[in-house]
Amino acid sequence: MSDVLAVVDHRRGELRDVSFELVRAGRDLADDLGGDLHLAVIAGDVDAFAVDLSLAGVDAIHTVEDGEEFNHDLYAGATAALFESLAPTAVLMPNSVNGLDYAPAVANRLDVPLVADAVEFAYDGGLEATREMYGSKVETTIEVSEEPFAVTVRGGEWPAVEETAEVPIEAFDYEFDESASGARVQGFEEVGAGDVDIADAEFLVSIGRGIEEEENLELIEDLVEVTGATLSSSRPIVDNGWLPKNRQVGQSGKQVTPDVYLAIGISGAVQHVAGMKSAETIIAINTDPNAPIFDIADYGIVGDLFDVVPALIEQFE
Amino acid sequence: MKILVTVKEVAEAADDFEIEGTDIGEQYLEYDLNEWDDYAIEAAVQLSETYGDIEVVSATIGPERSEETIRMALAKGVDRAIRVWDDDIAAADLDVAAKTRLFAAVVDEEEPDLVLSGVQAADDGFGATGVSVADEIGFDWAAVVNHLDTEDDLSTAHVHRELEGGIEELTDVDLPAVLTIQTGLNEPRYASLRGIRQAQSKEIAAFGLADLGLDADAVDSPISRTGMYEPETESDATYFDGAADEQAAQLADVLREKGVVSE
Repeated sequence: MSDVLAVVDHRRGELRDVSFELVRAGRDLADDLGGDLHLAVIAGDVDAFAVDLSLAGVDAIHTVEDGEEFNHDLYAGATAALFESLAPTAVLMPNSVNGLDYAPAVANRLDVPLVADAVEFAYDGGLEATREMYGSKVETTIEVSEEPFAVTVRGGEWPAVEETAEVPIEAFDYEFDESASGARVQGFEEVGAGDVDIADAEFLVSIGRGIEEEENLELIEDLVEVTGATLSSSRPIVDNGWLPKNRQVGQSGKQVTPDVYLAIGISGAVQHVAGMKSAETIIAINTDPNAPIFDIADYGIVGDLFDVVPALIEQFE
Repeated sequence: MKILVTVKEVAEAADDFEIEGTDIGEQYLEYDLNEWDDYAIEAAVQLSETYGDIEVVSATIGPERSEETIRMALAKGVDRAIRVWDDDIAAADLDVAAKTRLFAAVVDEEEPDLVLSGVQAADDGFGATGVSVADEIGFDWAAVVNHLDTEDDLSTAHVHRELEGGIEELTDVDLPAVLTIQTGLNEPRYASLRGIRQAQSKEIAAFGLADLGLDADAVDSPISRTGMYEPETESDATYFDGAADEQAAQLADVLREKGVVSE
């Protein structure tokens, strides 16, 4: 009754990084509670996944073999059934796009409180979780006064567990009625193919919301031309239709690792940073000295891009 | 046919702000239509323009102040609006379950065929209400939709779900359904002057808990916010100071030194 159930994430035959981070988050929470950590592996090659997830700190792995890919009705149903069977205090799910598609249904079905997108938590007589608000400008602490509870975990916040161990693996008997599911996955599509692959570029000039108007992009194109850089952007520029999807850096766009990443008018939301934090050198130009982009920048200019960029162009003309 | 769009008025914090208690001081907050909901409104209005004979109704949980935002939705083509609020709701710390009970009651009242909801709210970013409501009311659903086509008889929606890393999942969802809408799905329109004028005469119905057949305990929440703070800045960046041309000169030196600029 003081156990933790964590549901791992996989896609197209591969466990996603957040699965190994969930092991760390789940183990820490189970230690606080004085209980066991159970993992749920649902759909796909569950036996192979279970071997990969036989990690230090895991007490048991429960597999639900049904279909190849994610299906939210299967995930919600199997997670709820496992929950009823194990009666844990906490159920942890990833705050991934697939997590967004089933975790709220699990919480609703089990009638347990849900804390979404936690970046930190601890249990000491009750759950206290940390999450961000107002577009990462602040962090908040949240207390949950009821048990059991559900939490979705942000990727990249806990270290991944790599140390292997012997862990008992059990097939969990769950009957899924696929015909009752009104949402049917038809396939997958890779988007963002096009003339340029920003993932190959060694020098990216990347533009964000700070550019304000589409016609101001000309200024950045001039900079790109005189420096021989490749142009990329954060999400809002692509959402506005000012640049094609293949130029988008971030969680839902491309992961890039250039020698130099020059972020202009990009605040550095977590989804963007996920796509460029591995750049060798990060340089940021932003009017807001508190913009999170400066936390990961090697060089920073606090200033107006409409003053700095023309001056930079002059340097190379 | 009826489409229900959930519309939230969100608070946005100024660059410079101060925290008072467990929230940012009211004087540093500006209120606006949630960006994700703007795309959901556009999707609903476009469906109504394509097929005709579709009523678009918005539902908002929010105080009287949010009527300004609701008028914006009405000006963009929403036909009528529902605003849920009363003293008990105002006094509550609404969690996902409480919002789910409120929206589920609105759905019972309105019986829509399709519910469109933004993926998340820009202020608290839980990203959970849409799917939770779907599960509660027994609709099918799809989360994080960035492409939407419908069968002409509106029996099925063909959607793309935007997964991480430039991959989209192609999924068919039978109606009635809840879709949570991602930014970039369409190009949200600006309200026309005519739309703004028309919005003035459209109905915003105000519902309290009792009107929805709910008791005060419907908004009880076991989740409470106990603290708010600014994250410690971890920046160890080297800053280039001076006037813009001096900053640019130092930056140019770094770029030359890294060997990425060919001159």
